[in-house]
Amino acid sequence: MSEHRKSWKPVAGKNDPCPPLKSKTYETPPNLYLGFQEPGLKQYKPAEALKKGTLWPALFGPYESPFRSADSAGGKEDSR
Amino acid sequence: MFVYEKKLLYPVKASSCNPKLAKYLIEQYGGSDGELAAALRYMNQRYAIPDKVIGLLTDIAMEEFSHLEMIAAMVFKLTKDATPDQIKEAGLEAHYVNHGSGLYYENAGGVPFNASYIAGKGDPIADLFEDIAAEEKARATYQYIIDLSDDPDLNDGLKFLREREIVHGQRFREAVELLKEDYGAKKVF
Repeated sequence: MSEHRKSWKPVAGKNDPCPPLKSKTYETPPNLYLGFQEPGLKQYKPAEALKKGTLWPALFGPYESPFRSADSAGGKEDSR
Repeated sequence: MFVYEKKLLYPVKASSCNPKLAKYLIEQYGGSDGELAAALRYMNQRYAIPDKVIGLLTDIAMEEFSHLEMIAAMVFKLTKDATPDQIKEAGLEAHYVNHGSGLYYENAGGVPFNASYIAGKGDPIADLFEDIAAEEKARATYQYIIDLSDDPDLNDGLKFLREREIVHGQRFREAVELLKEDYGAKKVF
């Protein structure tokens, strides 16, 4: 879905009772990366900001359920 | 002093008659990382925090109360017209026996709200890190509810609330930097 989602491949046991999930995900929202917000960042228009929940594109980290979206295996593999 | 505006912070809509969603949402009403806990936590911690971040805690506490009101509206919309059969089907019968169609500060498991959900250490750094953790936990809770909910209109409100947790997490992180007093030193955090 986005760079805000990371994924990993959990270990699957031979005798697990449920079919193993091949990939699990977690969210890494933009507040982890922004640091102290600099003045003068780009802003959304007021109506859009009210809808999105933030004035700042740099702080917008949307969420869709990883179980429902097309890329249900999660976002990109975390290569770092 | 409080000034009350008789409207919700963000419009709340539920497009399906699904009282079961109320059972999930109540976690954000009276759960450990819910909006009530958040509001009370910040409103209490602000007294023992340096002047330059008191306003931040007060502002965010007020916003959390408006989130609490949104959650209440969601829960009430989903349960107010539920028949006893629908209550049973949704697994809400224990709540109904105790509270009827009224709301109560409890978590998704029916455990009543407890002040021990909130820490107030009186140490600015300890309290702010608690607040950052609380915001991330509330964000995760919203994600889990969105995962379980198939109501797009309800999820729209929940996604707004989740984004606010991200913004609050950012501001608390900045508050830590302000108290460290080296935020102007052009460091990369």
